[in-house]
Amino acid sequence: MQNPIQLIGRATLGLFSEIGRLAVFAGRVKGAALTPRWYGGEILRQMVRIGFYSLPVVGLAAVFIGAALALNIYEGGSRYGAEQFVPSIVVLGITRELGVVITGLMLAGRVSAGIAAEIGAMRVTEQIDALETLSASRYRYLYAPRFIAALITLPVLVALADIIGVMGGWLVSVYGLDFDSTVYLRNTLDFVTTNDILAGLIKAVVFGGVIAIMGCYQGDRSQAGATGVGRAATLSMVGAAVLILAFNYVMSTLFVEIGL
Amino acid sequence: MTHPLLRLEGVEKTFGRNQVLRGVDIDVARGQSLVIIGGSGSGKSVMLKTALGLMTPDKGTIFFDGDDVTQATGKAREKMRARIGMLFQSGALFDSLTVWENVAFRLINSEGMRRKDAKERAIETLKKVRLGPDVGALYPAEISGGMQKRVSLARSIISEPDLIFFDEPTTGLDPITADAINDLILEMVRGLGAAAVTITHDMASARKIADEIAMLYEGQIIWRGPAKDVYASGNEYVDQFVNGRAEGPIQPAL
Ligand SMILES: Nc1ncnc2c1ncn2[C@@H]1O[C@H](COP(=O)(O)OP(=O)(O)O)[C@@H](O)[C@H]1O
Ligand SMILES: [Mg+2]
Repeated sequence: MQNPIQLIGRATLGLFSEIGRLAVFAGRVKGAALTPRWYGGEILRQMVRIGFYSLPVVGLAAVFIGAALALNIYEGGSRYGAEQFVPSIVVLGITRELGVVITGLMLAGRVSAGIAAEIGAMRVTEQIDALETLSASRYRYLYAPRFIAALITLPVLVALADIIGVMGGWLVSVYGLDFDSTVYLRNTLDFVTTNDILAGLIKAVVFGGVIAIMGCYQGDRSQAGATGVGRAATLSMVGAAVLILAFNYVMSTLFVEIGL
Repeated sequence: MTHPLLRLEGVEKTFGRNQVLRGVDIDVARGQSLVIIGGSGSGKSVMLKTALGLMTPDKGTIFFDGDDVTQATGKAREKMRARIGMLFQSGALFDSLTVWENVAFRLINSEGMRRKDAKERAIETLKKVRLGPDVGALYPAEISGGMQKRVSLARSIISEPDLIFFDEPTTGLDPITADAINDLILEMVRGLGAAAVTITHDMASARKIADEIAMLYEGQIIWRGPAKDVYASGNEYVDQFVNGRAEGPIQPAL
C-alpha cells in the first residue's frame, strides 16, 4: 500500500499535469479560432445546435429559478417589512449570478457532454484520423467552430434567461403575492443597471469558452469503446460545471473589486 | 539512384509496456502494389498511422518522396497528405455528412473548391466505384457496409493520390463483395498509376492485388518477396500464416 503522502503527492501532480494539458489544448483551439481559415457553415451549424436547441431548457430553468427566488425573498423580507425589495433583489440576483450560472450549468450538461460524446465517437471510429489525412485540421474544422459558436450564443442565451427569470419572479409576485404588475416592472427597470447586465454577459462569454473547450478536450482524449465515450461525456460535464462555479466566484470578486 | 516513394527506417512504437513496432524497415516504389500480412494486433494499422504522421514513432525515420517527414508539421505535412489517400479499417466516413460530401471533403474543405463543382467530381468518382448519383444524397448510416467501403474508397482516390493505403479493405465483407472491392482497388491503382500499400489477412485478396507481399511479425518485417512466391517462401512463419494453421511457431492470439 502507498502511504498517504505519496497518494496526495501523486494526485497533486496528476491535477497539475491535467491543468497543463487542458491549457495547451485551449491555446490551440483559441489559435485556430483567431486565424483563418474559418469554416462558416460549421460555425452556423454549431450556433443552431448550441444556442437555438438550448432555448427550451434554459427558458424553463430560468423561469423556475426566478419564481423561487421571488418567493424566498418575499418570505425573508417580510420578517423585516422589506417585501418591497423583491423586484430589485430578483433582478440583481438573476442578472449578476443566477441567470448566467444556471445557463452555464444546464449547458455543461446539454452541450459540453454532447460535444464530448460526439467528438469521442469520432475519435474511436477513426473519423478524426480521417479528417487529418484529408488535410483538414481537427482544431480548425471541429473545435474552433464549436468554440466560436459557444462564445457568441452564450451571451444571447443568458440575456434571454435574464428576461425570462425576471418574468418568473414577476409572475409569482403578481399572481401569488399581490404585487401590482406595473409597479413591480417599474421597480425592476429603475433598479437594474447596465453594469449588472454587463457583468452577467461577460461571465457568459467565459462560460461559453469553458463549455466548448471542456467538451472538445475530453472528446479528443477519449479512449476506445462505449465506456470511453461515456466517460468523456461525464468528465466534460463535471469538469465544465466545476470550472464554471470556480470562475464565477473569481469573476464576481473581481467585479466587486473594480466596481463593475 | 531514384528513391522509393515511401520508406520506413527502423521505426519503433511502444504504448506503455506494449512494444508494437520494433524496428520496421520497408519501402514502396512508385506504382508498386505492396500487400502487408500479419496477425491481428501485430501493429499493421499502427505502422500505416506512423507513416501518415497520425502517430509519431518513438524511433526511426519516415521518408516520403525522398524527404524526411518524421516530424513534419503544417505545410510540409499537408503537402505530403495531399498526395496520399487512406482507406481506414472502419471506413471512418463522417456520419454527419452525406455520401457525396464525404467523397468531396478534401476538395471542399482543403482545396477550397466550390460545392457545385466538388459535387460533380464526387458523383463522377462514385461512378468509378459503381455507385449511382442517388447514393450521394444518403447518409453513411443509411447504406450497407460494402457500400460504405466503396464510398471510403472513392473518398481516398478523389484527388488522384500518388500513394494509397488500404487498411483491411475486404474484412467483414462477403466473398463476392470482397472480390468486387479487390477489382476496384486494382482498377484504381492501375488507372491512377498510384502506389498502394494494402493490409489484409485475406490471402485470396493478397494474391490478387499484390506485386509483392511482406509479413509483419513481432514488430518487424520478417519476410518480403514477389506475390507468387508467398506459398514457397521457405519461411516457417509465413508458411503457417498463409496456410492458416494453428500449429507452428506463431502462437494463436486467443
Ligand atoms: N492509440 C493506441 N493506444 C494504445 N495502444 C494502441 C493504440 N493503437 C493501437 N494500439 C495497440 O497496438 C497493437 C497493434 O494494433 P493495430 O496496429 O491496430 O493491429 P493490427 O495489426 O490488427 O492492425 C494492439 O495491441 C493495440 O492494442
Ligand atoms: Mg488494423
